[in-house]
Amino acid sequence: MDFLTIIQVLDSTIRLATPLLLACLAGLFSERAGIFDIGLEGKMLAAAFFSAAFAATTGSAWLGLFAGVCASMMLSGLHGLASITFRGNQLISGVAINFLASGMTVLIAQSWFRQGGRTPSLTGDARFTSIELPFADTLQDVPFLGPIYSELLSGHSVLVYLAFLAVPASYWLLYSTRFGLRLRAVGENPAAVDTAGISVIGMRFAAVAICGILCGIAGAYLSTSLQAGFVKEMTAGRGFIALAALIFAKWRPWYAMMSCLLFGFLQAVSLRYQNIQIGDFTIPVQLMDALPYILTVVILAGFVGKAIPPRAGGEPYVKER
Amino acid sequence: MSFMKSLMGAAASIALVAGAAAADPALIYDLGGKFDKSFNESAFNGAERWAKETGGKYFEIEMQSEAQREQALRRFAEAGANPIITTGFAFSGPIGDVAGDYPDTTFVTVDGWVPDAPNVLIVSFTEHEGSYLVGMMAALKSESDTVGFIGGMDVPLIRKFACGYAQGVKAVNPDATIISNMTGTTPSAWNDPVKGSELAKAQISQGADVIYAAAGGTGVGVLQTAADEGILSIGVDSNQNPLHPGKVLTSMLKRVDTAVYNVLKAGDDAKGGYLSFNLADEGVDYAMDENNADLVSAEMQATVDAAKAKIISGEVVVHDYTSDDSCPALSF
Repeated sequence: MDFLTIIQVLDSTIRLATPLLLACLAGLFSERAGIFDIGLEGKMLAAAFFSAAFAATTGSAWLGLFAGVCASMMLSGLHGLASITFRGNQLISGVAINFLASGMTVLIAQSWFRQGGRTPSLTGDARFTSIELPFADTLQDVPFLGPIYSELLSGHSVLVYLAFLAVPASYWLLYSTRFGLRLRAVGENPAAVDTAGISVIGMRFAAVAICGILCGIAGAYLSTSLQAGFVKEMTAGRGFIALAALIFAKWRPWYAMMSCLLFGFLQAVSLRYQNIQIGDFTIPVQLMDALPYILTVVILAGFVGKAIPPRAGGEPYVKER
Repeated sequence: MSFMKSLMGAAASIALVAGAAAADPALIYDLGGKFDKSFNESAFNGAERWAKETGGKYFEIEMQSEAQREQALRRFAEAGANPIITTGFAFSGPIGDVAGDYPDTTFVTVDGWVPDAPNVLIVSFTEHEGSYLVGMMAALKSESDTVGFIGGMDVPLIRKFACGYAQGVKAVNPDATIISNMTGTTPSAWNDPVKGSELAKAQISQGADVIYAAAGGTGVGVLQTAADEGILSIGVDSNQNPLHPGKVLTSMLKRVDTAVYNVLKAGDDAKGGYLSFNLADEGVDYAMDENNADLVSAEMQATVDAAKAKIISGEVVVHDYTSDDSCPALSF
């Protein structure tokens, strides 16, 4: 494996990790506030569809992104309504959102575009094109660091940079602001937050709204940046891998980035090499595909430290009994 | 349990019979979806053509999950639909389980394999021959002597495509490198264009300048990336040349539409047996239209057509992966 190949695999890692990272951070905000969200997949899918659909009709990727975020937030609102306002089961509500998005996107796509549940191919401004970082061309020939800068860091779409900037932003928001403290407290001990005169319901809705925005960006990235249009079920389980990454990261932003990069890397390697030869052993590609889940199970089993979810997670808050 | 079964069966048949006259044919699409711009869509087009010509009606259902297969087959059979046409190899098992219970119904499996069932019509295509031709085309067009293959789910049928393709490439250029990747091992491999894109990018970085995608909805991503990166791609099943005019070298046509049309036309006369579509009866072919006319020179076309004639006459035999689970031109 030469240096350029490593760069290419890492480049692919960044592309594959971006939707995971956005969805993972989305789940982080929601779960830190005590709302389990297995509807990440559905929200991403809905956002992927609506951003592609609006980008195709208006010709603007940014309007598409806006539409995708709106769609994702609508589903978030639904999740909030069911599990916060009406105190329903959060898991069931999440599953319902996944089913709803899976059916709804294809149905609307078919009656809107008549292309069999897909959107027309996006061209030109309807797609997020890659951004060349300054001096990428001139620095290309610098040994070692040149390719890293021009091949690996430069040439991604704006949403990729947004996703990686969202990590320090999330960290700051969660750990350095009053809002973040309250949000985390709502997930640990909502009664205490309530006693302090802060609305638990308000905080939780704020958290699911942030979750909706991030899922929306993740979906838009899939359909208007990585791809040029929506195809049914195009999220292909990424929402669930993001959930696995979230557990793997033990609900912390920087670790979320690391685990998403790790999972993205595993995918990139399995795409580049079908079977990996190490000495006499052949590692089949299936193992690489399954590794994210295996690692998550290992973490959950408590072999590598303990993954403790937010204490009030999954429970609707009841003021008085 | 068996009481429940018959109860449920009765309920299902009443529900379906009420809505339709008996003996309308039924069409069941596989997980890729009715409008996959490829395999299933081709079946749909064939059925539509039949409906338009004869004014007939047909039932249809699109599979959403593995578990629905048997249920869908039984419901259509209970409702008296005949023949019941299914697309995709994955129906082999469910049809094998169900066919014996409905001896008067003809089940048709496109791509499947159900041995020893008198009322099952097996429709197969010589995909390896069609893939051989597009493989030749790829090798003739390639300037880097490296071509790619991206399959959907890793199953023998897709390996049959890959193997035929590799043989075609080697026939033109024995030194050519063939990079072969499968998208995955689960049905989601048919609908993951993002992975298709990444695979295409990885193959391009390894030097491939023509990529053949036999991957259902995943292939949409492959064709898109190939067009974005300025290399050529080869479509599959339906004519995918118009998806990116001037960027798709050709498409390996698999005339599922013809097969479905013929079976529907036979109607009640369709009986179990074995039906194979090959190069000679244009069941498989490569696509030429105005979108790729500038990409394929007359010389290339002549070479490929010559090979086609040789395959039809039996002078050239393309090895079929599924016959012995091995491929002389490509290792998996």
